[in-house]
Amino acid sequence: MSVIKRVVIEPVTRVEGHGKVTILLDEAGKVVQARLHVVEFRGFERFIQGRFFWEVPVLTQRLCGICPVSHHLAAAKAMDRIVGGENLTPTAEKIRRLMHYGQMYQSHALHFFHLASPDLLFGFDADPAIRNVIGVAAKYPELAVQAVMMRKYGQEVIKATAGKKIHGTGAIPGGVNKNLSLAERDVLLKDIDQQLAWARSAVKIAREYTTAHLKELLPFGSFESNHLSLVRADGAMDLYHGNLRAVDNQGTKIFDQIDYQKYVDFIAEDVRDWSYMKFPFIKTLGPETGWYRVGPLARLNTADFIDTPAAESARKEFRAVTGGKTNNVTMAYHWARMVELLHSIEKIQALLHDADLQGSDLVVKGERREEGVGVIEAPRGTLFHHYRVDKNDQVVMGNLIVSTTHNNEPMNRAVTKVAQDHLSGVEITEGLLNRIEVAIRAYDPCLSCATHALGQMALDVSVLDVEGKVLAEKSR
Amino acid sequence: MSDLATHILVYGYGNPGRGDDGLGPALVAALEPLHTAGLACESDYQLSVEDAATLAEYDVVVFVDADMNGPEPFWFDRVEPSRELGFSSHSATPGQVVALAREMFGAQVKAYALGIRGYHFGELGESLSEQASANLALALAFAQRAVREQHFDKYTRQFGVDSGRGCACDPQPEA
Repeated sequence: MSVIKRVVIEPVTRVEGHGKVTILLDEAGKVVQARLHVVEFRGFERFIQGRFFWEVPVLTQRLCGICPVSHHLAAAKAMDRIVGGENLTPTAEKIRRLMHYGQMYQSHALHFFHLASPDLLFGFDADPAIRNVIGVAAKYPELAVQAVMMRKYGQEVIKATAGKKIHGTGAIPGGVNKNLSLAERDVLLKDIDQQLAWARSAVKIAREYTTAHLKELLPFGSFESNHLSLVRADGAMDLYHGNLRAVDNQGTKIFDQIDYQKYVDFIAEDVRDWSYMKFPFIKTLGPETGWYRVGPLARLNTADFIDTPAAESARKEFRAVTGGKTNNVTMAYHWARMVELLHSIEKIQALLHDADLQGSDLVVKGERREEGVGVIEAPRGTLFHHYRVDKNDQVVMGNLIVSTTHNNEPMNRAVTKVAQDHLSGVEITEGLLNRIEVAIRAYDPCLSCATHALGQMALDVSVLDVEGKVLAEKSR
Repeated sequence: MSDLATHILVYGYGNPGRGDDGLGPALVAALEPLHTAGLACESDYQLSVEDAATLAEYDVVVFVDADMNGPEPFWFDRVEPSRELGFSSHSATPGQVVALAREMFGAQVKAYALGIRGYHFGELGESLSEQASANLALALAFAQRAVREQHFDKYTRQFGVDSGRGCACDPQPEA
């Protein structure tokens, strides 16, 4: 009888929530598959049933303390459809965009400098005791302070537009409930030039690291895949609004300019008996080959151009590495993320100089509908919110596809690739553990949500046989 | 009386949409309207690296969070700078934020943690459980007293988590 051993690693540190990695070996000790088991929080769809639709943009923020703004805006966009207010006033759309770019900026800065940079600055094999953000602060204090101030700036943008840090109420069905005062604008303008300089510097760091380590990074957790995101009607990257575009591993369009209200005609979700998280795929390709990546790497692969000058220049450099073809290198997510960071701060700068932000025409309404889909490009990738509402204004159906779910299959592929390349026997070495974390972290996943009370956090590693017997354990 | 030269920050964190996980922000929401001299209040879903910059502006910080397993109704203890691993992606522990504040900003802030025992986590719910609410009331009374007196270290000896017990009784009202 063939014996398949399982190597289990849980939880994955420095990714949100707790995940568990199981590596399946054949009897010869060869890796046949790796599985990332995600303890995904469920129940939100049931929770919102019966709630009034206008409550949903606030309620959805309770899903997650990591990216509440993304859920807030995606839900608001869906509810725009319900009230017939999807054609927002210029003030409303620009306030929402400002909020969104603030979220993108702070999230990307945090991830790159405080989660990814320890791996990049110290190397994958560095002692975990120093390969962390506190190690970065000690050895590269200027960089660490810069990152904190970038993150703080993004948070201030969010606070100015959403009203408050927790359960912001800025976006409402059909618009927003506040504009940006001149005083708020001036506070944000004060630091904008410094933020732009830091963002340019961040792109330079990511580009130089990637190009200098290209030989090592090209195969690391990499594989060919499809890519999906929103793009604007003219093909430009648009993080707030657009139509769906999917390209294959060579850059050929699978579909383009699809109205996301019809997403169910193009995307389906597969289920597997070993995972609570679903596996989305492009319907025409089927679950075996139709899976795709989302997030910064995907967005740079799908967009024809970026409409801000510095980020467009950075995008061209990024695309040049693969000769203009689709970039399927997992570790290129970091560089792509920094291009978007630069794009976000350029957008913030332009918006802060736009007088529409001080406008007073905040809300529109039109023909009432009973169904709406809202899609946004969240920091981690495309985020779908889909609702049906009855005649009493109460939600009767909600369906969400979050970015980490889109990237479910790719993360499993990345871990499998790393395990195949770096696992020897059943011993979980520090080097293997580090590399599995590095590969997953490239996707910046949010594995569950922000319930985080005191008393959690650990890294435990176990080796189990096919019957679940623990062969070895390791804790960090 | 409060020493106005001492700037105190009470920082509650947690997700109010996740049942008892919202104990930290709930305490801040109750404390802030009292406008205690020398006291600033802050709340967020979780701690993060940029909080290091905020901490650097204060002499004393009291982190307030829900505790899944700690003593009832609450405990109170010093927070030492921590280099421990276990960063869960985008959030940080009090000890890590204090370490970053020292490392990056030279902050000398004294830090404490007030852990309030909760019971229901991970489920979407907008209210605290009955027992958590009772614990919150006791923790709030304690926080008010500690902030007014500024005898934080004294209370860590009384309610420190290392003793294996929390505050077993309602702190006596100030005379």
